[in-house]
Amino acid sequence: MSDTTWEGGMADTREQKEAAPVQFPSPVPRPEDELDELKRIWRAPRGIHILSAVNNTYVGLWYVGAALMFFVLAGILATIMRTQLAQPEMRLVGHELYNQLFTMHGTVMMFLFAVPMVEAFGVFLLPNMQAARDLPFPRLSAYAFWAYFIGGTAFFTSLFFGLAPNGGWFMYPPLTSYQHSPGINADFWLLGIGFIEISAIAGAIEIIVGVLKTRAPGQSLDKLPVYSWAMLIFALMIVFAFPAVILATLLLELERAFHWPFFIAERGGDPLLWQHLFWFFGHPEVYVIFLPAAGMVSMMVPTMAQTPLAGYRLVVLAIIGTGFLSFGLWVHHMFTTGLPQASLGFFSAASMAVAIPSGIQVFAWISTIASGKLQMRTPTYFLLGFLFIFTLGGLTGVMVAMVPFDWQAHDTHFIVAHLHYVLIGGMVFPIFAAFYYWAPTASTRPLSERLGKWSFWFMFIGVNVTFFPLHIVGLMGMPRRNYTYLAEMGWGPINLIATIGAYMIAVGVLIFLIDLAKNFRPFQGDAGNVWNAGTLEWLPSGNYQTRSIPIVTSREPLWDQPNLARDVEAGRYYLPNAPTGGRETIITSPIDARPQYVLQMPGPSWPTVLAAVFTAVFFLGLTVKLYIPAFTCGVLAVVMVIWWMWDSDPGPSSPSVDIGGGLHLPTYVTGPMSHSYWAMIVLELVAGTTFACLLFSYFFLWTVNPEMWPQAGGLPSLGWPAASAALYIVGSAAMFIGGRSLARVPERSAWPMRLLALLAIPVFVGAVTLEIFGQLSTGLRPSESGYGAVVYTISAWQGFFAAVLVIMVLYTIARSLSGRLNGVRRATYDNTQLLWQYATVQGLIGLIVVHAFPRLLG
Amino acid sequence: MWRPISIPCGERMMVFRVTLVLIVLSLLSGCNTQQSAFHPGGPHADRVETLSWVLFIGGGLIFLLVIVLTAIAMFVAPERRQWMTNRRFIIWLGIVFPVITLTALLVYGFTVARHLVRPGSPALRIEVVGEMWWWRVHYLDAQGTQRLVSANEIRIPTGQPIEFVLKAEDVIHSFWVPSLAGKLDMIPGRTNVYRFAADRPGIYRGQCAEYCGDQHALMAFYVVAMEPNDFEAWYAAQVQPAAEPMVTQLIQGKELFLQNGCGACHVVRGTPANGILGPDLTHVGSRLSIAAGTYPTNVGTLAGWISSSQHLKPGNLMPSFGNLRGEELRAIAAYLESLK
Repeated sequence: MSDTTWEGGMADTREQKEAAPVQFPSPVPRPEDELDELKRIWRAPRGIHILSAVNNTYVGLWYVGAALMFFVLAGILATIMRTQLAQPEMRLVGHELYNQLFTMHGTVMMFLFAVPMVEAFGVFLLPNMQAARDLPFPRLSAYAFWAYFIGGTAFFTSLFFGLAPNGGWFMYPPLTSYQHSPGINADFWLLGIGFIEISAIAGAIEIIVGVLKTRAPGQSLDKLPVYSWAMLIFALMIVFAFPAVILATLLLELERAFHWPFFIAERGGDPLLWQHLFWFFGHPEVYVIFLPAAGMVSMMVPTMAQTPLAGYRLVVLAIIGTGFLSFGLWVHHMFTTGLPQASLGFFSAASMAVAIPSGIQVFAWISTIASGKLQMRTPTYFLLGFLFIFTLGGLTGVMVAMVPFDWQAHDTHFIVAHLHYVLIGGMVFPIFAAFYYWAPTASTRPLSERLGKWSFWFMFIGVNVTFFPLHIVGLMGMPRRNYTYLAEMGWGPINLIATIGAYMIAVGVLIFLIDLAKNFRPFQGDAGNVWNAGTLEWLPSGNYQTRSIPIVTSREPLWDQPNLARDVEAGRYYLPNAPTGGRETIITSPIDARPQYVLQMPGPSWPTVLAAVFTAVFFLGLTVKLYIPAFTCGVLAVVMVIWWMWDSDPGPSSPSVDIGGGLHLPTYVTGPMSHSYWAMIVLELVAGTTFACLLFSYFFLWTVNPEMWPQAGGLPSLGWPAASAALYIVGSAAMFIGGRSLARVPERSAWPMRLLALLAIPVFVGAVTLEIFGQLSTGLRPSESGYGAVVYTISAWQGFFAAVLVIMVLYTIARSLSGRLNGVRRATYDNTQLLWQYATVQGLIGLIVVHAFPRLLG
Repeated sequence: MWRPISIPCGERMMVFRVTLVLIVLSLLSGCNTQQSAFHPGGPHADRVETLSWVLFIGGGLIFLLVIVLTAIAMFVAPERRQWMTNRRFIIWLGIVFPVITLTALLVYGFTVARHLVRPGSPALRIEVVGEMWWWRVHYLDAQGTQRLVSANEIRIPTGQPIEFVLKAEDVIHSFWVPSLAGKLDMIPGRTNVYRFAADRPGIYRGQCAEYCGDQHALMAFYVVAMEPNDFEAWYAAQVQPAAEPMVTQLIQGKELFLQNGCGACHVVRGTPANGILGPDLTHVGSRLSIAAGTYPTNVGTLAGWISSSQHLKPGNLMPSFGNLRGEELRAIAAYLESLK
């Protein structure tokens, strides 16, 4: 990095106040046509083509809107359920519809509202807060949004055909397996949700790389907005938690479709395997939803109190701590399954410990309020409502962490009350605060203070009237998920009160929707910094975000650099123009946010949208068993992805560009500094976690049914895995040598690289095939036992990688043939090779476990 | 009859107040005492109830603390809330305070749990199998052999620990009698063992707590706790085969019962009926409820159940016998009701 006037220090915020840069990186006045060019480059496409827009101002808002739509829809389902329960033995809906209603309510709220909503806010807000022009993979965000929107809508409509899943949102087998749920209802859940999880993971990769690599120069980790921290931990949690549920849905779908008995006790499976996998995802999921909301609160409270957040470091530590702890308490959903006392004790302690980071944050917010002067505007109301409701939910959370208490409370309406206090308090109220707080950055008009307060009071009173009584009725013996109850149980009056509360919430949400319709005017500009906030999302912005990219010297730059908005708008900071002639943003180093290179970004793209459409149709086709259309769309989806990817990896447009202040940055880098390298590493973390969960399943089934495991004599002879391993190593070496030879192109021909990569394909496929034939040679069949099922699944997972790698290698070679790959412009090859080497290691570990473990047992 | 329009304003207010008081009273009285964690009938539920009140009061105080601190942060003069603005405030209240209270709570919770899970030999072992959507009950002897089969009702002697051996036939169910103890799941392929006692004679109601499909809502049962002597007498009567009917209608009822193939799914000991798909009916007339805690046992409900079980509890395994004529139904129902 060249030495420049730019100073990215790690010193404390407050002391830097006076040391704001006197020398601006870009001289003024700026050339007259510069701004027009910026506008032209970032202009959204017109007419129907607007749907192909990919930048975060559009995709982020659509994403928020879609999530809001699912919130309303799932809320309607809830009011129907509450009406059914208003009186004993009501006959508004029968058990068939009711069981679909509660399954859909839970599923839609969790998977189609909560996670997408916080991810959507991230897509919309993060580039603003970090003064990046966009997130690093705009087309990936667009793909994630469209896949989610189309898939989610189709999933929801299953309700209108009576085909909606009815096994409850955690879908416990054996109830959801083929014997007890023969219809396609459960498949809608497994394929629909599995698919939406993939979209969530795509978003998470985007957010991790975005937070770490696209920040304003100087926005080092200690000056990072708490929200960015929260989103980073949120996305990392998705990376480590969601693979468990993706694997679980995969296993259950294999059991349903091909009768591979993972969860069938009499054939060596175990229903508890599902519960472990599901809750290993499901508990972190709660914090996945809560952390971004808590991050938002940590942004809003300081603004509403007009003072910096108290205990910034403690709050960040609390967020990180929550992320870690939340992976250690999934068993508290299984306290009543009859696990040994000792393990219950451990998980009970961990469940209580997670209350501490939440406590730190609550008292940090109170301390912030005490330090400043709280402005009683609508966001403040929702923030105080959040504090009230969430604290109650946290306290009942400590109660259910007590094992003996949980034996009574578990699976009753007490839990229904608890989880709604936590999720409505911990997520819905912060989100509504966020709607009111950030609307002025997205709309030319802020939302109405008057309607906002009405909406608040209806929702706040409604939530307490609905859910507080449910604690009581739960301990009075009312289990959850009952479509009816007998009059003599005496639960009628409490249920009636709860139902009245539910209608109040509905009125509150309706008032909010009216407010949106009246006042929300997006895509035409913003209403300005109406709350006098201190962070960068309140800079004047257009579709290109900020006119120039500021140097950040504190956590609240707008408070500490009074002229910042004016100077940014005048183009005095970095990158006031578009030196590469296209969309671009500055990539910075992950710790201290030093500018590293200028990323050339892709623009609007139809193939991305179509790829999402075809992916959604592919999964839907599989669900309704229309295999030919499904596979046609699957192929089309791959074609669309390739088409969309073809323009990416553009190579350097010029050796370097001047972004101002004498900083000359390269326009293309490969290797560990590049954003695509980071994304591939994160993807490998996802794959590795999935594989680890698969190995967990192998060992878990062994602990339950060790007698199903073969003696050494029952295994394939060692020649099979040895040959397979040798092939993996040969393939890996071929890719490695190919990569080395690429470095010498163009001096030498690219043919050695092409041939080596081409040769590696059959070698890898051969390695996978040999393992499968080895297992077949012993007469083992996957549908025969839990052991057989898991052993073949390890191979099938490897086979999936083989398919992906074949496509990637052929794509890489095609790019080489068309002159789009050489010694410099080599990110495509590098990424293919990264995944290849990962898959090799994964294959070798699989072979060791499957062939060595039973032999070690003797 | 309450006619709101005719009531003058002041009185309307009165009516409103009275209604409010009534609602609150009915909430507090908790009309049902048979199935409630707030009405413990045994040492297990008793300890958990005490624990619950500790948690409610402690939680309530902490909640109050948060609310009061927030109010101080908002309304007290800035110079008098200075103490809340430094790091020490966050560390004391956010770290030190929860660590101390949670540790104390955890230790307390462990002691409660240790008291609840105690070794020792039970007075009686009863195997309960959860099925979609009813409960199969086996009374076991010391060797684990089944001695008596029943359904949807468990009778136990008071004052002695009873061991429940919990299994599932099809999907996961959860065994829960709130007035006596917390719940424990019944999981296919696994056997869970639970031990608790009832202090005094009484009728306690239990219900399936784990969602188990269509009729999860209507899967309940009764636990009847009896003085040990009464229990012995009851047990001795139950192991007898079904009484032979003497009255014409009952004799006819038995014949119809057998003719219509009821014996393919139900056992009535002492008759050719020996099917095991459904509940054992040998002494069905002596049980409190039919259809798994859904209807009281009498001739009317029995007849209704036989003729329209699919209407009353759709999806259960028993077909509706809508083909039977009125007097046939009554005869079968009367016969079953006579099986005390």
